[in-house]
Amino acid sequence: MGEFKVHRVRFFDYMPTAIRAMAFNAHTERLALARMDGSVEIFNFTDHYFQEKVIPGKDSRSIESLCWVGGRLFSAGLNGEIAEYDLENLRPKYSLEAYGGPIWTIISNTQGTQLAIGCEDGTVKLFEVLEEHIQFERNLDRQKGRIISLSWHPSGTHIAAGMMDMIRVFDVPTGHAVQRLLVDRGFGGSKSRETVVWSVAFLSDHTVVSGDSAGKVQVWDGHTGTLVKTHLVTKWDVLALSVSKDESSVVAGTSEGTVIQFQFIAPTLHQQQDKEWVRTRTFKNHTHDVRALAEIETAIVSGGMDTHLVVRPLLEKFDENIEMAGFDPVLLLFFPQRNLVSCAKKAGLLLFQFPGQLELWRLGDSDEHGKPGDRLPLKRKPEKLLLLKRKGEDHICCSALSSCGGWLAYSTVSSVLYTLHTSSASPRTPPRCLLPPANHQSSLLLLPSLSASMCTPSSPSQVSGSSNMSPQLGCSSLENHRFLLQPIHLMTTSGDGKWLAAANSDCEIHVYNLQKLKLHCIVPVYGSCPSAMGIHPTTNNMTVVHADQQLFEYSIVEKQYTDWSRKLQKQGLHNVWLDRDTPVTHVTFNSKNPNQVVLHDMHMFCIIDQSLPLPDQKTQFYNQMTLRSLSEQERPSHLHAFKICKTFQDLLCVSLLDDQSLVVVERPLLAITSQLPAPVRQKKFAT
Amino acid sequence: MATLFEGFTLCGLVQTSSASDSAIQGIELDGDSDHAVVTDSTRAVTLYKVSDQKPLGSWTVKQGQLLTCPAVFNFQTKEYVVVSDNKVIRVWKEEDLNLDKAFKATVSADVWRVHSAPGGELVVLFQRGAVRLLDSLLSAPQQPIEGILSEKEVIRWSTNIVAEKQHFVLFTTEQRGEHFLYVQRLNPNTLQKYRLEREDSGASPLSFSASLRDKHINLLYLYPNGCVYQSVVAVRGPVGLEGVQALPRSLRLRLPVGEGELGAASAVALDEAHVAVVGMPHPSARTGKDFLCIWNTNFQTLQAEILRIVWCYLGKLFVPHGKALSVIPYECQKSSLASALGKLRHPGIAVSKSSVAIPSWNTLLHGDQPQGPTKIVDTRKSVLTVVHLQPLQTGPVEEVRREVEALVSRGDAQDLQLSVGRLACQLVARSQVETAFYAPGALARLVQTQCLCHSMCPDLLLLALEHKDYFLCQLCLQLFPDIPEVVTCACLKTFIGNEVLQTPYSDNLLVPHLKDLNAPQVILFLQYLQFIYLKYSQDVYTQTPVLRSPTMTQIIDWVCLLLDAHFTVLVMAPDAKGLLSNLQSFVKSQVKLFSELGKIEGSLQELHKMKPSKDISQYSIEVIELF
Repeated sequence: MGEFKVHRVRFFDYMPTAIRAMAFNAHTERLALARMDGSVEIFNFTDHYFQEKVIPGKDSRSIESLCWVGGRLFSAGLNGEIAEYDLENLRPKYSLEAYGGPIWTIISNTQGTQLAIGCEDGTVKLFEVLEEHIQFERNLDRQKGRIISLSWHPSGTHIAAGMMDMIRVFDVPTGHAVQRLLVDRGFGGSKSRETVVWSVAFLSDHTVVSGDSAGKVQVWDGHTGTLVKTHLVTKWDVLALSVSKDESSVVAGTSEGTVIQFQFIAPTLHQQQDKEWVRTRTFKNHTHDVRALAEIETAIVSGGMDTHLVVRPLLEKFDENIEMAGFDPVLLLFFPQRNLVSCAKKAGLLLFQFPGQLELWRLGDSDEHGKPGDRLPLKRKPEKLLLLKRKGEDHICCSALSSCGGWLAYSTVSSVLYTLHTSSASPRTPPRCLLPPANHQSSLLLLPSLSASMCTPSSPSQVSGSSNMSPQLGCSSLENHRFLLQPIHLMTTSGDGKWLAAANSDCEIHVYNLQKLKLHCIVPVYGSCPSAMGIHPTTNNMTVVHADQQLFEYSIVEKQYTDWSRKLQKQGLHNVWLDRDTPVTHVTFNSKNPNQVVLHDMHMFCIIDQSLPLPDQKTQFYNQMTLRSLSEQERPSHLHAFKICKTFQDLLCVSLLDDQSLVVVERPLLAITSQLPAPVRQKKFAT
Repeated sequence: MATLFEGFTLCGLVQTSSASDSAIQGIELDGDSDHAVVTDSTRAVTLYKVSDQKPLGSWTVKQGQLLTCPAVFNFQTKEYVVVSDNKVIRVWKEEDLNLDKAFKATVSADVWRVHSAPGGELVVLFQRGAVRLLDSLLSAPQQPIEGILSEKEVIRWSTNIVAEKQHFVLFTTEQRGEHFLYVQRLNPNTLQKYRLEREDSGASPLSFSASLRDKHINLLYLYPNGCVYQSVVAVRGPVGLEGVQALPRSLRLRLPVGEGELGAASAVALDEAHVAVVGMPHPSARTGKDFLCIWNTNFQTLQAEILRIVWCYLGKLFVPHGKALSVIPYECQKSSLASALGKLRHPGIAVSKSSVAIPSWNTLLHGDQPQGPTKIVDTRKSVLTVVHLQPLQTGPVEEVRREVEALVSRGDAQDLQLSVGRLACQLVARSQVETAFYAPGALARLVQTQCLCHSMCPDLLLLALEHKDYFLCQLCLQLFPDIPEVVTCACLKTFIGNEVLQTPYSDNLLVPHLKDLNAPQVILFLQYLQFIYLKYSQDVYTQTPVLRSPTMTQIIDWVCLLLDAHFTVLVMAPDAKGLLSNLQSFVKSQVKLFSELGKIEGSLQELHKMKPSKDISQYSIEVIELF
């Protein structure tokens, strides 16, 4: 295939923020996850843990707790507000002041008719869930001291509340506290410190399980208010608890980064009746506090200060052969599965998107030539051209850079969309709003290459475009004939600016003709969400990669899958390709060689050469090392279409510039880890 | 590493009239691995429990009758089978008391042997080469038996092998100085005849041994000139090939036999790498002395040696020796260069010294010329003329030294190797015979050629010890790569030096011999070790590598070995108390040091890991190649 010059970029200091709360919706199998910066992410657990939706954060918003009521998502935070989210427009629908000071927790009853929040002022407030809104109903008996954690008994009649040094059990109809469970303080120096009951769980048999700041997981009898069992699991805090659906297992997350499982089992084989809560397993996938936990049917999902989401499958629920295969089942989700980097292929510029700012960089340069493996001396160092800070409280949700590098655009959830002309000749103009106020919400931006036109999906059913980038811009919107519920999460245009493709989280891909401003066709719906797509600059074939790693090529002109795609589907993708656990996030093309498609996920990038034979299952898939060791004559018989390079890791962006050099943006996980605050307890060697 | 363990006597033997005949016809295995069925050369079959050295049963035929084939055990029917007077087959069980009352059948031709193997049926080999299964033979004892062999062709040796559900009977015959191997496959019956290559001297093979390895039958045979050859016959051999085929052979081992020839000798393959050889007069041994040796054929090293051999079963060698039948358990470990040479000596020395001695063996035996063996014979002849120089045999010490000097200075490397070995052996032998004669200068010169090793001339070092020639001893210890542990210990008893500590050894072999040292010797030696240890540890950083000084590791190893061997004695000895407590405190401090090091090991490794990551900068332009 040949040699490539690679710009290896490691100066994008992207820093994910800590995970604060988590809620799993067992009905839709969606996991909602809240981060410290107030952003909310929705993962689809039926579709390879694909990050389906992202609601950007906001400075003033803090989320302490998340809660699903049916398909509706609520959050509450220390700003004292309850918010409901609009999952179609990806923004908060409304927020409501609860008048109880900072809110520590929000829960709903199993019927989905009521919400309860725990407030700093010691009240538990009940809200009624209405069709479009929620309404304050009443307070339970006010207590001294803050309410940290809540758990509703499945029958709906009682609520357990974790407080300072104690747990209260409330009778919901009367609102009176019926039980008072005193929680011991820690030993030694911590005796003088109050114990915070960080988490409680109320089981059907009226067992209350609590986790507290003294490192204890305690099991109580909720009827009598007596302590049944104490498990001292850590010297530090037990921060989170989660109960499995069948209530046979409880997991606890600690400040040490461990997740400890307790199971309700008989301690001996002979006495199957006398079950008790026994500590069974310890998982260590985190280095810092585990703040959020969810035990789902087949896995334990955890997240915390170290910012990554861990899905730890419970192997006994799987086939034995998974274990046999020596397959490491722990799934770690580090990076957002959307683009934070835009690359201007012609100009050699990179745009980095942070929540609060944008950075525009020019890549360095070198005159030298070298042989493979060499690092070339730099003639020019990379240069930061622009630092653009956003206005307002809302975090930047999307950004785009035109391929000539002359235009950039960004948008926030609620406020205006800004564009900027970055050509160095003209003095830099201040950012300005270019879209009419009606279209002010957008989650995605695209600056097509040829014309300086801009596309943005504004509402679920609409794609708006503005062209010419002048103050007198012509703005047009593409009305969709079909009624779409889900937001568009991916967009791409063809090189000639004629075609626009948009995909939504219902897995639908619509192709529009931008010249006629009409819907051109709908790509046959495939059962997994598209994770990346691109339209070929010369053939106008669209390459789509899905979350389940399937790969399709669709001819827009002929409105059908191409022969290559059919051949690929007929033969099937190689198992090694299908077994990867991070989705492809970019598709780009080689302008010089129409056969070449460039894809990447977090751990590799791949150049697909469509002129070469497809690998079958017996072929060695990662064959670059083998090919290197072969002689020139032997090589051609071993080639196959998927050329995979794993030299670069933790990839955020891989793109092929017009001068045939590759740009690889890496964000080493080690660098992220080194920027985290020190964990509470650093394990010392040999102790 | 092959080890011969201490042997024990299984039973006494009746002396036969002729000395060359063994009093034992054969030893066969019973169903029990600890049993041995011994058939003597006249009338008796005895069943022994080997570990108890106790007979479990004995059966004799009437006077006037003669057992003509060793008794064998039928593993399927749990019966014993023997042949008396060539034609009468007798079958009995262990509980039968009288052999005369047992089942008898007379067959129509003379039987050579009855063969038995676990997992196979009993096979009868007749003297004229026919083969029958015992069962089918007994069902019609008087059936006609065809003659396979030609006139004057006689069976010399036979065995049977069961492989992959195939049953083979192998036998060798001799006809007018020619030797043939017959391979008879049973079910379906095919017979293949091979001609053995003639040895130049025209001598007959002294002994055969066959074993099965990797679906091939390996035939090992020993000639009186000391050559041990190996031939390989495939189990799935060529079927339907008519006529006699030549059997290619390869030289496995060339035993140093001196000028004479082996009288009676026998070689048995113990495993892939080890061959036990018996009955060969050792080059330096006085006449009439027999040896049992185990040779490592991969490295051509002598591994262990004592007296004679005949049968080998399940890790035991059965050796009729003098008036007794001895059982010698043995053990062959997986062969490797390290185990063959023992612990490596100081690397600096090892490279320069041993590399000279070892490869030259290889070049001699498997070397540049494909016709290695014949070439060697030529070289030997030329050497013989040199060695036969009169002065060496009778001349005074000074003359011998001059001759040796002249010889050494002119020979080329290959010639030197052989001639030096033979010269040393002759000088040593002469010294042993003439007590007045001792040529230290000549011997030292020979040792200094670095062509000599202990295996070539085992008595040299002992002779030097006997004569208290410590210079020669030290020289040997420095230069020989293969000194047995027992000899090392013998040296240790007479003197302590740097050199002893540096000889290669194997722990488990050395410890038993170290036990021979007495307490004062051990204490003295330990004190010496401690002294040099302290001396070293004081200037461990400034220490320049001195030639012939032991390393720290060698010192520590020896201390450990000595303590292992003599700990109980030392604890009881009052004068060892201070020494032991010193050593103990030393060990304590070492343990503490290492535990501290262990604690920071992780950190150190992290430091190591951090280095490359620093190397990667924020931005670089690299070149990669995709294929």
